[in-house]
Amino acid sequence: MKTSSIIILVVIAAAIGALLMYSVDFSTYDTIGSAKQKQGEYVHLIAKLDKSKPIQYDALKDPNYLSFYAVDSLGNSTQVIYRNTKPAELEQSERVVLKGKMEGNVFECNDILLKCPSKYKDDKQQLEKTVSKY
Amino acid sequence: MTFENEHLLPGQVGHFFVLLAFVASIVSAIAYFTASKTQLENEKQSWIRFGRGAFFIEVFSLLAVFACIFYICSQHYFEYLYAYKHASKELESRYLLACIWEGQEGSFLLWALWHCGLGTVLIFTSKKREAPIMSIVNTAQFFLVLMILGLYLFNVKIGSSPFVLTRNELMGPIFSQPDYLTYIKDGIGLNPLLRNYWMVIHPPILFLGFASTIVPIAFAYSSLISKDWGGWVKAALPWTLFSACVLGTGIMMGGKWAYESLSFGGYWAWDPVENAAFVPWLILVAGLHCMAIFNSTKNALRASYFFIILTYLFILYSTFLTRTGILGDTSVHSFTEAGTAMNILIGIYVLAISIPVFYLFFKNYKSIPTIQKEEDMSSREFWMFIGALILFLSALFIISITSLPVYNKIFGTNLADPADREFAYNKVLVLVAVIVGLLTGVSQFLKYRNTPKKYLMQKIGWPLGIAVAGTILLAIFYPIDYTKKGPGFLLAIHLALFASVFSVLANGYYLKSVLKWNLKAGGAAIAHLGFALMISGMLIASGNRKVISDNSKTGLFIPFDKDPTGRGTENPMENLTLLKEVPTQMGKYTVTYMNDSASNEKDRTFYNLHFQKIDSTTGKVQEDFVLSPDAYRMKDNNLTSNPGTKHYLTHDIFTYISTISVHNTQTDTATFKPHELSIGDSVFYSKGYYVLNNILKNPDNERFHFSPTDTALVANITVYGQDGTSHKAYPALIIHNQEINFIDDTVFAQNLYLNFAGISANKKFKINSKETDKLTDFITLKAYYFPYINLVWLGLVIMSTGFVVSLVGRLRAEKMWAYIIVGMVLVFLFYMFLLANN
Repeated sequence: MKTSSIIILVVIAAAIGALLMYSVDFSTYDTIGSAKQKQGEYVHLIAKLDKSKPIQYDALKDPNYLSFYAVDSLGNSTQVIYRNTKPAELEQSERVVLKGKMEGNVFECNDILLKCPSKYKDDKQQLEKTVSKY
Repeated sequence: MTFENEHLLPGQVGHFFVLLAFVASIVSAIAYFTASKTQLENEKQSWIRFGRGAFFIEVFSLLAVFACIFYICSQHYFEYLYAYKHASKELESRYLLACIWEGQEGSFLLWALWHCGLGTVLIFTSKKREAPIMSIVNTAQFFLVLMILGLYLFNVKIGSSPFVLTRNELMGPIFSQPDYLTYIKDGIGLNPLLRNYWMVIHPPILFLGFASTIVPIAFAYSSLISKDWGGWVKAALPWTLFSACVLGTGIMMGGKWAYESLSFGGYWAWDPVENAAFVPWLILVAGLHCMAIFNSTKNALRASYFFIILTYLFILYSTFLTRTGILGDTSVHSFTEAGTAMNILIGIYVLAISIPVFYLFFKNYKSIPTIQKEEDMSSREFWMFIGALILFLSALFIISITSLPVYNKIFGTNLADPADREFAYNKVLVLVAVIVGLLTGVSQFLKYRNTPKKYLMQKIGWPLGIAVAGTILLAIFYPIDYTKKGPGFLLAIHLALFASVFSVLANGYYLKSVLKWNLKAGGAAIAHLGFALMISGMLIASGNRKVISDNSKTGLFIPFDKDPTGRGTENPMENLTLLKEVPTQMGKYTVTYMNDSASNEKDRTFYNLHFQKIDSTTGKVQEDFVLSPDAYRMKDNNLTSNPGTKHYLTHDIFTYISTISVHNTQTDTATFKPHELSIGDSVFYSKGYYVLNNILKNPDNERFHFSPTDTALVANITVYGQDGTSHKAYPALIIHNQEINFIDDTVFAQNLYLNFAGISANKKFKINSKETDKLTDFITLKAYYFPYINLVWLGLVIMSTGFVVSLVGRLRAEKMWAYIIVGMVLVFLFYMFLLANN
């Protein structure tokens, strides 16, 4: 194959690739404040569990309904509804990444990623906490 | 202060050997590099001998390092941080190796050990290329040993040593006491998620795959510095086949592991960590095809160089992604951040080998020979090259989405994954599957240089016809109803299914009609057949996967908490709660959560679920089985669950626990009422009565398995409820080490607790019972139906076997050895993927 034809192929491929990339609608990381501005748009929230507010989950009533409050580093807070089971380590989590949409004053969450100390035993602080309990 | 009971010797020995290995790798790299630059044959040979000596010292040292870590972990010397973090006394000994490669340091060591093995083989087989090849291998070793060096240089910690002491690394009041070790009763141990036999086998295979990609690039390098442009390809081909086979198998072992024991609900989730390993494999396979083209036609040499070098760059890039913590927000299972110095070190390693080789490649680009004549459109090499390009572009597409966190870091953007990550990949790769299926099907029948049209038509006519008919029949009788992404995607799935079915048939037909079942020449056709079978399996298994625990369809779902926005959700209600001993309809099955059984491991419980499928017209039981998904429940509420799966030849029923009830004994205010009963006596309670049938000594029944040497008495009680049900209960008392233990039994459906307290003075049996209005035990689970998942594993086994067939063919192994090797690989893979744990 000639070099020129390879180049043409690569250019065509790159163009297709660019189109495909364009078709992937990336989401963004947002704060609760900016997510409230983007009603109905799919975003990622980085926040913390608000421990002062109640977590509502009862697997006997409905195993697919969890409600809690999240607060971000700017101090904004929102109710979060997650239509799935409660992640067991939610209360222990230090940070949560919430994926979903803001609907009015409620964050409709599709997926929760927890950052938990127990999973991260490489974390020195956590190990020291454990050691101090002996 | 001197500390008591520490064992410092193994750590000092280990650390010494790390240093020795480090020095030896530098010496060996320099000696080999000098040898590769020296023209004088005598001098060259003496440098090579020197390099070999240093390399073998390095091999010995690294084995010694491994032995030291193994010793420290197996002896539970928690004065070492590595043992404290990764080992624990309750851990079964078969997981000892797994704790070693759970950590960063251990996995780097594993990688370095594979380099030792590969290097040793290369010293004896690579002949005149030994010097340049081994200088590359030793450069990689230098970096890997650097990662576990743990020395301070100008106040910067270089690498992280596995032999550091707990008391030096962690702050805590206990470390100011000489007897601090008596307080550390046990280590943290292996993460429960990783307690699985796959954790023992998957990392070594995957790391062998990673490590082996250094061999093709080392061969390419050897040709670039000796300006012997094409000679490396033939010698490197078996290594490239080996690498593609091992890496591919390693990746899919990860998939099998995820499917079998992690609760992701599938075998592939386009997680960044999975992608990071898959991308170099795609590029490696593209390179493999270019090398095969060059071997037959002298075309595609530049592309071979390019892909092989790029493979190694992406292998290290994947290391960078998974080990620097950069994926923290996007991946569920990457390593954690290991500190800035470590990240910089890994970053340097990523660029250190591939960039200089790339430089050599581009510098010599014009001198690398190409064939000016245009390839014929009907030639095999033309379409193979197109195939390689497609694989390469797919790899670029995948890695460009996976690298999102890297862009964010560099450009300060805040882009995140698309809403439906899997679909973002699938919608593109389903089209790739169509093209790859067609190419792998047709190109077997093409001949190098050009192919007569008539021959081609004659050969592919049958497979094409059968594939068209087969796909249409499939679409009618076993339709894939993956409708949630619209008709366009559904059509694409069917096209891809057609293309891969065609490829399976075409490759099979090729083996029959062209090779006349001479399988040893058919490695490529076997591998392609396996690949296509795997893709068909994936399309069917993922396309027709069903949620059985769908709450909205069982009628059990009570919409207690209304959605405040009043809108429906696109998520199906995938979780279903089962009350203990209450049969619940789930899809076609009636499922009863019967009881729990403990395991040998701390905190691990199995939940026994009884599945029954009853024919609605005849009332006959069609299926009847028990699944026992399990979960680890840690003190801190951490729940880690492993699925229970019923394997059928054509489908799997897959369940895992998502929530379990938490016992709160303090709030239970009901008290036991004492009764003294003789055999045959009955007692009434609010919802019925129960009868003491007899007392069993050391029974061996459905509930207990005592041996005659035990001392156990079990009361055999039948509970008759007002609702006409009857239940068996077996409260027990066991005398063990002169202590009496009571095992109470509970009839959850009746909220009745029974306790066997002993024998009274008048030879009656003391049975206590209590009723509680507390709600009973429950579990919440997800259940899926996976059809034809075995096609995926079977396809993988066939593909890997195809690679091995090609490999032994290239090595010109003796016939007997070839059969033995292929046979052993086939049996091993078949066992691992299709029999073990099924």
